[in-house]
Amino acid sequence: MKPVLVMALAEIQEGIRNRWVVACILLLSILAVSLTLLGSTPIGITKASLLSVTMVSLTSLSIYLIPLIALMLAFDTIVGEYERGTLLLLLTYPVRRWQIIIGKFLGHLSILAIAILLGYGVVALYFAFDGVGTAQEWQDYFLMMASSLLLGAIFIALGYLVSVVVQQRSTATGVSLGLWLFIVVFYDLILLGMLLADKSHVIQSKLLAVLILFNPADVYRLFNLTGSELATLVSGMSGVTQTDLLAPLTLIMTLLLWLLVPLMLSIYIFQKREI
Amino acid sequence: MVAVDQIKEPIITLRNVSKHYRNHYAVDSLDLCINKGESLALIGHNGAGKTTLLKLILGLTRSDTGSIKVNGQEPWQTSDRKSIAFLPEIVSFPNSMTGKELIKFYARLKNLPESECNKQLELVGLTDAASRKVGTYSKGMRQRLGLAQALLGEPELILLDEPTSGLDPSLRKKFYNIIEDCKSTGTTILISSHALSEIETRIDRIAILKRGRLVIHGTLDELRAAANLPVQIRVSTVTGQTPIVSDALKPETPFRKFNDHCIEFDCHQDEKLHVLKNLSRIPSGVTDIEILPPRLDDLYIHFAGEESDL
Repeated sequence: MKPVLVMALAEIQEGIRNRWVVACILLLSILAVSLTLLGSTPIGITKASLLSVTMVSLTSLSIYLIPLIALMLAFDTIVGEYERGTLLLLLTYPVRRWQIIIGKFLGHLSILAIAILLGYGVVALYFAFDGVGTAQEWQDYFLMMASSLLLGAIFIALGYLVSVVVQQRSTATGVSLGLWLFIVVFYDLILLGMLLADKSHVIQSKLLAVLILFNPADVYRLFNLTGSELATLVSGMSGVTQTDLLAPLTLIMTLLLWLLVPLMLSIYIFQKREI
Repeated sequence: MVAVDQIKEPIITLRNVSKHYRNHYAVDSLDLCINKGESLALIGHNGAGKTTLLKLILGLTRSDTGSIKVNGQEPWQTSDRKSIAFLPEIVSFPNSMTGKELIKFYARLKNLPESECNKQLELVGLTDAASRKVGTYSKGMRQRLGLAQALLGEPELILLDEPTSGLDPSLRKKFYNIIEDCKSTGTTILISSHALSEIETRIDRIAILKRGRLVIHGTLDELRAAANLPVQIRVSTVTGQTPIVSDALKPETPFRKFNDHCIEFDCHQDEKLHVLKNLSRIPSGVTDIEILPPRLDDLYIHFAGEESDL
């Protein structure tokens, strides 16, 4: 187990050194704070408190930002070391290939966890001092932070998958960006287009649910925006969730699957790869 | 002789090893045995398969056929690598880390204490620069950092891939001194190099690769005997007296005249004594006779050919 820890610590240390950690914290906290301040301007809803409104805006922000940060942390982890020649060296050390992937994963996950905790925590503190929010809302808020980390973990794993498959760092950059664009932007557009074109209602709600489960960003969105009545109301997401396929537990399980499959696949491919 | 053979215990054994890439054989039916405590130089053109061979021995890549044993284990399968060290030809450590931090990282992977890091940094002369970021290091310092990581934990086997390319002469000397110290403590050294004149006196055996095949291997003397290349004889005379040399020898001798007081010619090993006898009969005018046996460069050209196709 020790090599895993050594790998993880080295990754965190390097993250601190090359200012990645600081950049992530700053980015997330600045955006979270500005969204909060925007959300504090009076809006005409009486039923929702400011905390719910902020949580919904933070979710919408996280869907774009967290996958991007995670992919940028992860995409060159193997292919970058391969190009620098340090991978060649590392593999001659008494460390197994799965230990390299898992160690780096824990390191990157810690960086992301620190960034989310501090970035979104600033906002939580602000509300805590104001005494805003019910217990339910706070629970939702923390679930949002936890699921954001899970979303980040998924995209770190996807980044690794890219990193072990391609041969060049520049290819990895392109593929990662493409992946991000497709999952976070185009997938929903395509889905929406299909629904609009579907005049004879071939796509039933069940099929729609399955299509949503095939996209981790959508699963994350549903989990956070339909978790409670309030959030559903604020986000206007009611109506999508009238099927058991999209119950919170299913959503969490789906997200975990989205994490484990790419991670295991990366390890498998990396172990087969001849350097 | 029996006693000597018992000491010669192989640490690396390659039997009929082939590695095929898309359109060519990088390593082709190669048999090679390296004994414990021995130093062997791998030489060959770029693309002759030196690096692939090192990677096979390190278990970074898998052979198509044949068997490789390092310390009795198959390198592709094992992760028991604590006693093996490697210095890649090109390695660029992350610029934002300090030398000390990097060495500590590698030491931790080998489960070594921090004192070991200080020892190796001291040995390669990086103690003063240890707390500086690697980004500020010169090429020589980076190479020394690479060497320091390879020396961690006193490995039994060190593989070096063109270690002295880009080092200045004084660093090269220091580098070979460190390697010689390792060797004196029984470390096996496998070095791939183009710097033939540097290694010929520092290495026990030489293996010449050509297009993935082992052309020949042996000591420098064995290689000389196998090549049967002529020795060069250089005769210096009093200025303007070089004709006395040509007169004393067979007329068909291919002379190369350097200037008006120095003449050089090739001579077969078995004629050497005869020629020298003739030269010694010259009554006066000869100031010096130098006999130059074929150097590793000459042997290399002889065995590996002139071409450099990759």
